[in-house]
Amino acid sequence: MTIHPSLVTKDLTIRFGGHVAVNAVSCDFRPGELTVIVGPNGAGKTTFFNLISGQLSATQGAVVKDGVDLTRMSPSARAHHGIGRAFQLTNLFPQLTVLENIRLAVQAHSGDGWRLFKRVESLTELTARAERYLEATKLTQVAHLPAAALSHGDQRKLEVALLMAMEPDIYMFDEPTAGMSLDHAPDVLDLIAEIKHDKTKTVLLVEHKMDVVRTLADRIIVLHNGELLADGAPDEVMSSDIVRDVYLGKSAVVA
Amino acid sequence: MSVSANTTGTKVVKTTVLLIGALLLFAPFLFQDTRALEVAARICIFIVLVASYDLLIGYTGIVSFAHIMFFGFGAYGGAIALKQMGPGWDAVVVGALAGVAVSLVVAVAIGLLSLRVKAIFFAMITLAAASVALVLASQLSNFTGGEDGITYRAPSIFKTATKLMVDDDGKVMRIFGVKMNGKLAAYYFVFITSFVLFFAMVRLVGSPLGTVLKAIRENEARAEAIGYRVVSYRTFVFCIAALVASLSGTIYAIWLKYTGPDTVLSFSIMIDILLMVVIGGMGTMWGAVIGAVLMVIAQYYLRDLMGVAAEATANLPLLPHLLDPDRWLFWLGIIFILLVYFFPKGIAGTIMAKGEKS
Repeated sequence: MTIHPSLVTKDLTIRFGGHVAVNAVSCDFRPGELTVIVGPNGAGKTTFFNLISGQLSATQGAVVKDGVDLTRMSPSARAHHGIGRAFQLTNLFPQLTVLENIRLAVQAHSGDGWRLFKRVESLTELTARAERYLEATKLTQVAHLPAAALSHGDQRKLEVALLMAMEPDIYMFDEPTAGMSLDHAPDVLDLIAEIKHDKTKTVLLVEHKMDVVRTLADRIIVLHNGELLADGAPDEVMSSDIVRDVYLGKSAVVA
Repeated sequence: MSVSANTTGTKVVKTTVLLIGALLLFAPFLFQDTRALEVAARICIFIVLVASYDLLIGYTGIVSFAHIMFFGFGAYGGAIALKQMGPGWDAVVVGALAGVAVSLVVAVAIGLLSLRVKAIFFAMITLAAASVALVLASQLSNFTGGEDGITYRAPSIFKTATKLMVDDDGKVMRIFGVKMNGKLAAYYFVFITSFVLFFAMVRLVGSPLGTVLKAIRENEARAEAIGYRVVSYRTFVFCIAALVASLSGTIYAIWLKYTGPDTVLSFSIMIDILLMVVIGGMGTMWGAVIGAVLMVIAQYYLRDLMGVAAEATANLPLLPHLLDPDRWLFWLGIIFILLVYFFPKGIAGTIMAKGEKS
């Protein structure tokens, strides 16, 4: 049985002057599949994400989601086409409360952003949905604090909650557990595992921690110097020489 | 809404605003002289003008120097229509609509062309646009009256000689000593229209759109990433602010029965607006009320107050010189510096934040 890919990158390339940060990466991503993207620092993982979610525009190549070419679209248009993205560095609305943060993400896709004279509190459906995500991420206790007042771990959870509240088809996590304490990280990983079990969703995850990669990944792709170096099942990729070379720095010696 | 909804600081600010609203509502009865009524009407209009500017600078984080231009469009729209068509409600409607139309066209043009660029460039473009408007108003003198401006008559119900109610002798009736004449009608026209505009803006910032605007101010890139077209929202709020400024300009033109570059277009008014929004507190709406009240009262009464103080201290050395009414701008400056020092988020902003901590 073949499942059609939900997201396809074709020869995706971006150059900054002479530097090629992402070089002709072609990849298919399927619903129900969790792909972990690994590679050393500077390999182009985050840049690859930026090209998919639209913070950067490709120099060459295309991003296609369910047959729709997103390559020239703004980030907000891509969000409406079901691309959801969480950021590596916490990227929230610091002076707004946790609930307001999440409600914004829910509201973006309900079309209520343009309702002018309705009090936001009266949109109970919106708030109820936002509260579901608060519960899922165990942030109910801090719902009325400004995002800036949260601990780092809770801010990371809010980052994930924002992505979930967008209810996208494609979930992109950029090191979701970075800097998190050991007791917080499992919460986030459980959430990601849950999303993965919903077979209609596609998950892309940038992650360094090898235990996380082992437990969650259905597939691993390796980026190095902006190029796609390996792509396959976790066991296969992890045991290949190529990955060991990249992580242990042998490729530098060969080159 | 955030937690600040129920803190003591917020209650203090809201009670103050309510009190100011009540004072303005009964102003003609409480302060029975022409100058006081002049001050009250100016406060009403500036509350609306400053609140509409706060939508831009406080809520969305857009720095514009063209706000006074939209105020001017509305005022000149009303003035030219009243001059050309004669004093009637048809002229008021035509003037207001013309002002709004010009404001919206210019706002959309500036917005779409330049809200994508960096904030500093946008600020410069608005400054240029406002300068052009000021020059045009001075140069197109057979249309705008040039530097002299235009004087005209307001609809007849607002004439001081108009009797709204008469007593048995056919004289204008007095209630609590206040003449029921056209001046009173004009004040309540200003009060009610300003109240409606202000209330509409308060509803706007409490709506889902209001949260989106704050989100754009806080983190533009993330707002875009979760699916909001930032350029559209910015252009929209720029147009709304221009629309409100334009309408408040028309109201002011009807009240003053005179429109000239110095009263509705000059950069010193733009600076007044900026000071009012900063002193009151950005991003609060209530701050606009507090800022406008303090600033207008200072402009009208600080000199009087200093005259009294100078006389009282006449026998002391140096003090009467310092307190000379001619030095009122010096004291106004000192007051501003102290206010900004002790209320870094503006009066409303600082008081509301204080309540949050407790």
